[in-house]
Amino acid sequence: MPILRIACSASIAFFGGAAFAQGASGPIKIGLMLPYSGTYAALGNAIENGFKLYVQEQGGKLGGRDVQYFKVDDESEPSKATDNVNKLIKRDSVDVLVGTVHSGVALAMAKAAKDNNTLLVIPNAGADAITGPMCGANVVRSSFSNWQPGYAMGVVAGQKGVKRAMTITWNYAAGAESTKGFTEGLEKSGGKVVKDLNLPFPNVEFQALLTEIAAQKPDAVYAFFAGGGAVKFVKDYAAAGLNKTIPLYGPGFLTDGTLEAQGASAQNMLTTLHYADNLDTPKNNAFRKAYAIAYKSQPDVYAVQGYDAAQILANGLKAVGGDLTKRDALAAAMRKTAVDSPRGKFTLSAAGNPVQDIYLREVKGNNNEFRSVAVKALADPARGCKL
Amino acid sequence: MDTATFLVQCLNAVQYGLLLFLVASGLTLIFGIMGVINLAHGSFYMLGAYLAFALAPWFGDWFVTRLIVGVALAALFGYVLEWVFFSFLYERDHLQQVLLTYALILVFEELRSLSFGNDVHGVPAPSWLTGGFSLGGLMEYPWYRVFASAACLVVALALYAVVNRTRLGMMIRAGASNRDMVRGLGVDIRRLYRIVFAGGVALAALAGMIAAPLSSVYPGMGSSVLIICFVVVVIGGIGSITGALIASLLVGFVDTFGKVFFAEWSGVGVYVLMAIVLVWRPEGLMKRGF
Repeated sequence: MPILRIACSASIAFFGGAAFAQGASGPIKIGLMLPYSGTYAALGNAIENGFKLYVQEQGGKLGGRDVQYFKVDDESEPSKATDNVNKLIKRDSVDVLVGTVHSGVALAMAKAAKDNNTLLVIPNAGADAITGPMCGANVVRSSFSNWQPGYAMGVVAGQKGVKRAMTITWNYAAGAESTKGFTEGLEKSGGKVVKDLNLPFPNVEFQALLTEIAAQKPDAVYAFFAGGGAVKFVKDYAAAGLNKTIPLYGPGFLTDGTLEAQGASAQNMLTTLHYADNLDTPKNNAFRKAYAIAYKSQPDVYAVQGYDAAQILANGLKAVGGDLTKRDALAAAMRKTAVDSPRGKFTLSAAGNPVQDIYLREVKGNNNEFRSVAVKALADPARGCKL
Repeated sequence: MDTATFLVQCLNAVQYGLLLFLVASGLTLIFGIMGVINLAHGSFYMLGAYLAFALAPWFGDWFVTRLIVGVALAALFGYVLEWVFFSFLYERDHLQQVLLTYALILVFEELRSLSFGNDVHGVPAPSWLTGGFSLGGLMEYPWYRVFASAACLVVALALYAVVNRTRLGMMIRAGASNRDMVRGLGVDIRRLYRIVFAGGVALAALAGMIAAPLSSVYPGMGSSVLIICFVVVVIGGIGSITGALIASLLVGFVDTFGKVFFAEWSGVGVYVLMAIVLVWRPEGLMKRGF
């Protein structure tokens, strides 16, 4: 037994030494925790594609170091999130975590990242809390907060003369955060939300609430739904003839990736998001071309968020010369970076959320076309963040 | 709430209730009459919706033909499924039925993902059913919803007639109350069950096909109807077609008016209704009355 013990401790010393040496030279270990199965599988793939596209453009290196990927399918399952993230942190001892789409899973990741002092870049999940009460010096987000598109839409609605609006969403956190943003934006530009309608997730029987809207006759309706619910709501709204008299507004998710199914019922709808399909900037055109060549498909907002997650990390690594032992300096540098994104240039707030232009888009055919900048350089209020 | 709005809400409630009945009636046949806990019933609903999506390009405006072809395919599928899997379950306990039918949910979801992907797809309504009519200047009511309600009513009546007025229905009722005695009298009970199961699958698929233009087709759509179907079946009395109809309408009303008056609590309204009914009549509204 002593021999075995010596062998064990020798191997620990060896591997421990190797791990330490990696801090300065070996490959940088990146843990991708994304949904590769289930409803959000397409989003997870788009994020990974975007991330890897940026790394390839840098010659396969970040901050002068090779990149090694570790992948875990989070299944968009919050109950498995802590176990999954610990596989990457403890088993694979990754240097940086990237993930994820589902807000409940991302909240668990943020907690684990803070507990273990691991860097985390969130490429989608919009829960306000991540860059609010839960914010941390080692956590940044390359996407948006739920509050942001909602607020921008509220401002635009007010400018269009909306005095009385109603909101409708599922009774869950993302919906509440988004409609709260809309309410604040609308109040800022002179209107008021007279009633918030909601129904339990994932109920899609909207007829009773549409009747309620028809009876109250507001100036506009703001809706937050996603996936099958978004398709059905937009179609039911049009079928009830309400879109002729009461404009329907929403965050971009109401019409992103769903236009083929929504068909005629979504035409000319206005939504707000930090990206639009036909942003005509050199950066976006170059990105779309490179993505189409690499993956034989068109990129979407999720691919952009993945691309920018890599970019934030690369900028931080550049600032510390690729030295991962300077973790605090790296985290600080990632936060101070200016990102030249396909969506337009943006910076990060103290809480780690993008300070970005939110665009007003109009549905034309199967595209969400850019119309104007709804709010310039919009920062999330980051309520409850003590950074 | 003025009278016009109230009446429209009642219409909404009836319409939702009828569509619920169509899915739940298939479940009450399988669950109540055959005694199989079929968690995969929602998957049959999804199967119907995706059949509608897949068949749409082939039939265009021949909507009724599309429904008939879809129902026939679904019935055939149900017949084979009973033969291969469910026929081995009748003698076993409920846990094994739950295991098998839960596994089927996973298999069907994966097959759906492989053959249609994970995107949401719209299913066109036939052009002769597009548009709507005005309801008291309040809002438009799509013709397709009227058609869906009418179709559900027709199915309800047909089902009632078959179960209560035909020889097949008599055998089904007899088989439900005493399986061994019916077999003793020379009825091929295995084949009878196979037909009932195929009928249950066909009803769920028909509901899915009718709902598809309204709801679109998307991953996990089956699981959303499964729970509410069990609620309907339990409230109505397990195995009772009439009970399922009454329960569906009750659930429709509670859900619709719950959303309007108690938005924050609308999620629990239906379950409160179920609890009250079960305290009052533990066997459901109709006790095997058909």
